[in-house]
Amino acid sequence: MTVIRQEATSGSTGDWHLERKRAWSNWMTGMMFLLPSLILFGVFLFYPMVRTVYLSLFLTDSQGVPVVFVGWENFVNLFQSTSFQLSAKATALFVLYTVPAGIVLATALAILANQKLRGIGLFRTMFSATMGMSVAASSVIWMFLFNPSIGLFNRILAALNIPGVQWLLDPQYALLSVSVATIWMNTGFAFLILLGGLQNIDQSLYESARIAGVSESYKLRKITLPMLSPTLFFVTTVSLINAFQTFGQIDLLTRGGPMESTNVIVYSIYKDAFINYNVGSASAQAVLLFVAVLIVTVLQFKIGERKVHYQ
Amino acid sequence: MSIGKKVLLYMALTVSGLVMVFPILYAFLISFMQGGEVLQGSLWPESFSLANYFSAFERVPLLTYLWNSLVVSVLIMVGQLVLCSLAAFAFVFIEFKGREWIFYLFISTMMIPWEATMVPNFQTVQSLGWLNSYAGLTIPFFAMAFGTFLLRQQFKTIPKELYEASQIAGISKLRFFTGVVLPVAKTTITTLAIYSFLTAWNMYLWPLLVTNNEANRTVQIGLKQMQTQEIASDWGVVMAGVVMVILPTLILLFAGQKRLQEGLTQGALK
Repeated sequence: MTVIRQEATSGSTGDWHLERKRAWSNWMTGMMFLLPSLILFGVFLFYPMVRTVYLSLFLTDSQGVPVVFVGWENFVNLFQSTSFQLSAKATALFVLYTVPAGIVLATALAILANQKLRGIGLFRTMFSATMGMSVAASSVIWMFLFNPSIGLFNRILAALNIPGVQWLLDPQYALLSVSVATIWMNTGFAFLILLGGLQNIDQSLYESARIAGVSESYKLRKITLPMLSPTLFFVTTVSLINAFQTFGQIDLLTRGGPMESTNVIVYSIYKDAFINYNVGSASAQAVLLFVAVLIVTVLQFKIGERKVHYQ
Repeated sequence: MSIGKKVLLYMALTVSGLVMVFPILYAFLISFMQGGEVLQGSLWPESFSLANYFSAFERVPLLTYLWNSLVVSVLIMVGQLVLCSLAAFAFVFIEFKGREWIFYLFISTMMIPWEATMVPNFQTVQSLGWLNSYAGLTIPFFAMAFGTFLLRQQFKTIPKELYEASQIAGISKLRFFTGVVLPVAKTTITTLAIYSFLTAWNMYLWPLLVTNNEANRTVQIGLKQMQTQEIASDWGVVMAGVVMVILPTLILLFAGQKRLQEGLTQGALK
């Protein structure tokens, strides 16, 4: 017995013991470093996401306590309600109005600001300024610009002898107006990232192009845009997700009106949950929002992967 | 570059620059205007008097709001820096079973839009008794996958041998973390700090949900209050409030613009 025990604590088995002890201690330390983040993700992201899915299958009381299990009924009701159809339409249109135009604008500004000119830093600062602007402050400024009687836009129209427009009160114009303000708000961030992408392009490519004597538009189409495509792709994804998550400017500029024409999905969730106290319906909409964002993210990973392969 | 092309470029830059900053500049100018001037549609104030600013501070507790926003933003910034750098350190230097799995868990957090979880989150914060408190405004935001990935990229540039040597020399992991890793990653940490502060200062939806009294409101919600009260027709005063809200972040952005651009690009192209 004694002999066997001695053998067990020496040689390879001893290493194995030590190894195991080290693995255990590494696991403990690793978890200690990660635990704060894991706990917060668990409490404030994973749990509420699961809870949202759960609540979306229930009828709830005004406190948001689930009362009766109703299965898909909340979803069925949503798809049948005109209000939700309007909200889905407003969200889709809002994405359509803001994302492509915003990216084109930010790319143009980034290319413009990527020149080696004296004083270019000042222009870069001007172009990125909106990144320091909060949604609330920006919205208040645009509220003034859109003001029917003293706002800038109607003053310009008046100067041109064109009758003024109720920018935020006319269902025909409200979503478009909010979109213009939103494009402006988001330009700073997109510009900064795209400028960084441009600066990462290998300068020797342009040097060769210069020697070959190709035109500016050829350089833009064959060097700049292809080399910028990963950054453009990233900015597109972020812009799409941001557009789905829009809330502040709607709350301050239109409150979802007029005639629900600007009632985008997050505003609709907010209204259902915190004003109408219909938590089941709000949760069902939140699940749909989650699915929309999930699709965009998965597409990003899939297409992003393919691009790496082709490079 | 030919002179003609240069002139053209400068013209394009100036025009687009002015269009981009016009709304901000206009807000500054209106904040100095008297009621009549605003109604007439002047572009330049007759005098640069601070009357609107005094009035803004008198009519809403702007100072309290600014202070709340500052505390909330600093708390979120510090919380995110601490949690992100701890997590990034574990992902780079400590090898253990299940690390990969946890890494994917972090990635998956980026697929959940925060707005989709706001109802249960509100209920959680309410049941914790955190409504109208700094804890409720800040703690839910301490963990951040983007910041963790950004720092992870930076930590990876530190040679593994250095870590192994320090382990053999018997230096504790925590000392290696604070003594070697954090100083090396100083620039990236600064970038992340600017980004965190900007985002936290500008938060709107969550503070709107979890605060409902003047003592705990942040300044962004203060703007909404100004806009919905009777002050709303007094645009000079409202714009003075707007200027007070955007001044800190604009200064921070201008000071850290280059760094922010580099850091965000790094994060984007990871």
